[in-house]
Amino acid sequence: MKKLTAYVVVSIAMLVAAAAPNARASGGEGVHLDHWPAARANDLAALQNGARLFANYCLNCHSANLMRFNRLQDIGLDERQIKDFLIFGNLKVGDMMTVAMNPKDSKQWFGKTPPDLSVIGRARTSFEYKGTDYLYSLLRGYYRDAGSATGWNNVVYPSIAMPHILWERQGPREVTIERVLHVEDETTKKSSSVREVQVFDAAGVQAVTRTPLTGHFDESIEVSFKPADAAAARQFDSDVADLVAYLNFMTDPSASARVRIGVWVLVFLSFFTVLAWWLNRTFWKDIK
Amino acid sequence: MGLHKTEFKGLMGWIDARMPTLMSEYKKHLSEYYAPKNFNVWYVFGGLAITALVLQILTGIFLTMNYKPDAAHAFASVEYIMREVPGGWFIRYMHSTGASFFFIVVYLHMFRALLYGSYRKPRELVWIFGCLIFLCLMGEAFFGYLLPWGQMSYWGAQVIVNLFGAIPLIGPDLSVFIRGDYVIGDATLNRFFAFHVIAIPLVLLGLVVAHILALHDVGSNNPDGIEIKDTLDPKTGRPLDGIPFHPYYTVHDIYWLSLFLIAFFAVLFLAPEMGGYFLEWNNFIPADPFQGPPHIAPVWYFTPFYSILRATTEYFMWFLAAGTIAYALLVYFSLKNTLARLAALAIALVLVVFMVVPVLKLDPKFWGVVLMGISVLIFFGLPWLDQSPVKSIRYRPGWHFWLLVAFVVVFVVLGYFGTQPPEDTRNLISQVFTLLYLAFFLLMPWWSRMGEFKPVPARVSFAAH
Repeated sequence: MKKLTAYVVVSIAMLVAAAAPNARASGGEGVHLDHWPAARANDLAALQNGARLFANYCLNCHSANLMRFNRLQDIGLDERQIKDFLIFGNLKVGDMMTVAMNPKDSKQWFGKTPPDLSVIGRARTSFEYKGTDYLYSLLRGYYRDAGSATGWNNVVYPSIAMPHILWERQGPREVTIERVLHVEDETTKKSSSVREVQVFDAAGVQAVTRTPLTGHFDESIEVSFKPADAAAARQFDSDVADLVAYLNFMTDPSASARVRIGVWVLVFLSFFTVLAWWLNRTFWKDIK
Repeated sequence: MGLHKTEFKGLMGWIDARMPTLMSEYKKHLSEYYAPKNFNVWYVFGGLAITALVLQILTGIFLTMNYKPDAAHAFASVEYIMREVPGGWFIRYMHSTGASFFFIVVYLHMFRALLYGSYRKPRELVWIFGCLIFLCLMGEAFFGYLLPWGQMSYWGAQVIVNLFGAIPLIGPDLSVFIRGDYVIGDATLNRFFAFHVIAIPLVLLGLVVAHILALHDVGSNNPDGIEIKDTLDPKTGRPLDGIPFHPYYTVHDIYWLSLFLIAFFAVLFLAPEMGGYFLEWNNFIPADPFQGPPHIAPVWYFTPFYSILRATTEYFMWFLAAGTIAYALLVYFSLKNTLARLAALAIALVLVVFMVVPVLKLDPKFWGVVLMGISVLIFFGLPWLDQSPVKSIRYRPGWHFWLLVAFVVVFVVLGYFGTQPPEDTRNLISQVFTLLYLAFFLLMPWWSRMGEFKPVPARVSFAAH
């Protein structure tokens, strides 16, 4: 009986495991996502740099309608600094981070209204990957593509409507996208694997080479960038990490206070539990 | 004078003389409610469920103060609570975490009943009130989930309301009637708000009172499944194995409440989204009627039933039809009454006709709704489905326990698959498990009698602390 039960349990577990989704951190096209350096979440200098980048580059098309400017005091800025360095229009420090762009216009210009970024860090999270990793990889995934409407394309989000706003900070790059694809022969209907290497040079001109593979390979995609200015690209990576830290802060501004309070709540409850256990034991001594 | 003769002095005496109900009810339900002394940890979840209910009502009141039931403002008003209202994030997370914990404790509370036969005679009414509470809770969760007006709120409500559209003849009109519009919209949000904050809570509170009153009339069951009222102290007339609820179980429950709060606050403060299971990531995107999320799934506590709904596909109907016939034959050969035998066959035949016969067959989606409904409502039938000669699992054959474990595995796996996008292997397992889920209940009148039962002692087993 026990053997049978064990057998049943093991087979169910194996079935369930087989059906579980592959835990793979991948973006839209299956491309590997880089890990955002999470230590920046609590680094005030990083958060402030992120806020500066956000106000200068993002907060023109994208709004953050649910976020008030003076909430930036939580990341160590005072009202004077917020007013002088982060508010460019006639908004007041107690106003929300709104933009003047009309959503209908932007839809016409970009084909899509740029989404509000107030809770974007959470909105882009899924069971497969964290929103912060996604944003970190997305903003660093741009390459020149002369064939696209904006002149830009993205390895994480192919045919993205948003151009590479931060391109000057990154400098020109060349990208090599190496894919293993399954192609079907039109006459024989036989599927075979092909290695396709796309190279986009710094001006976005594409060169493709395709080599048939013998044998069966899983579909895959590998991306490698070659920056013209390696130092600028490194600095850019760091800036994007800061920007993502800011977006992450904005998605749930009370998070750090929450964790800080939470630890004390749990410490208190642990003591209380000991007390309650002792009280319980004392009363129950009567019961024979 | 008309005053009640009181044993109390001072203010208490003054009140008691005028309103003896207060003290007599306190005695009846707390200080002189005799509960079995052998309760184990499974018996803390009722009290915890009440705690969760109170937390949900209190936090709900504060949320209503700032929430706006308006399609144009709902999403932003929730974030307003999270960002602008002092302590608002705490209240909101308490409510969202509380919803999931409410279901956790209620599922454990229900499992306790399965373990120790708590729904058996004379506690059938206690159980029925409990099942009604469970239904209300599901309603509360469903209506409340639309309120943040995120993508998952919107499309989840869309999926569920569309289910009513699968009912033959009246379906499409019924779903418009429920929505108050041709799509989920402002009208839907407002009525769901009304249901969530007043209609259902009112019913829920009434049912909780009925549940407890019914329980206190018959007395609590215990892990041995023995009636403590059968062995009374000849002098006092009180159960020998009973102890006053207060103070013994109040201190006991405070201890477990404290442990519960540690788990609750650990989630609330450290991981309020609980990896996307308590707060779904897609719900941080405002509702967009024009573009659905890539994959729609309800919150985890509904997913076992959602899996059963999804499992019901075109070809699954053949298995369902075969199962129905097999079940009818089993009933036929188990019953003596000719009329009842024929009725069983006739009902099965009609069902099978509407399941698989071309032209007459109904949409598998409709049968999915039916199966999902059955999988929830079948809990009501437990007091009669369970025909075991003893209540507690302690005195039932060992394999009965393993069947319970298997049922839990089925429930959990169905729940897990319900959170995931559909996929061939998972769908197949869901279909097998759907049949197992139903078989567990529907075959209970047979299997619960089988095997070798252990003798039940006259007194509860209790080791002094």
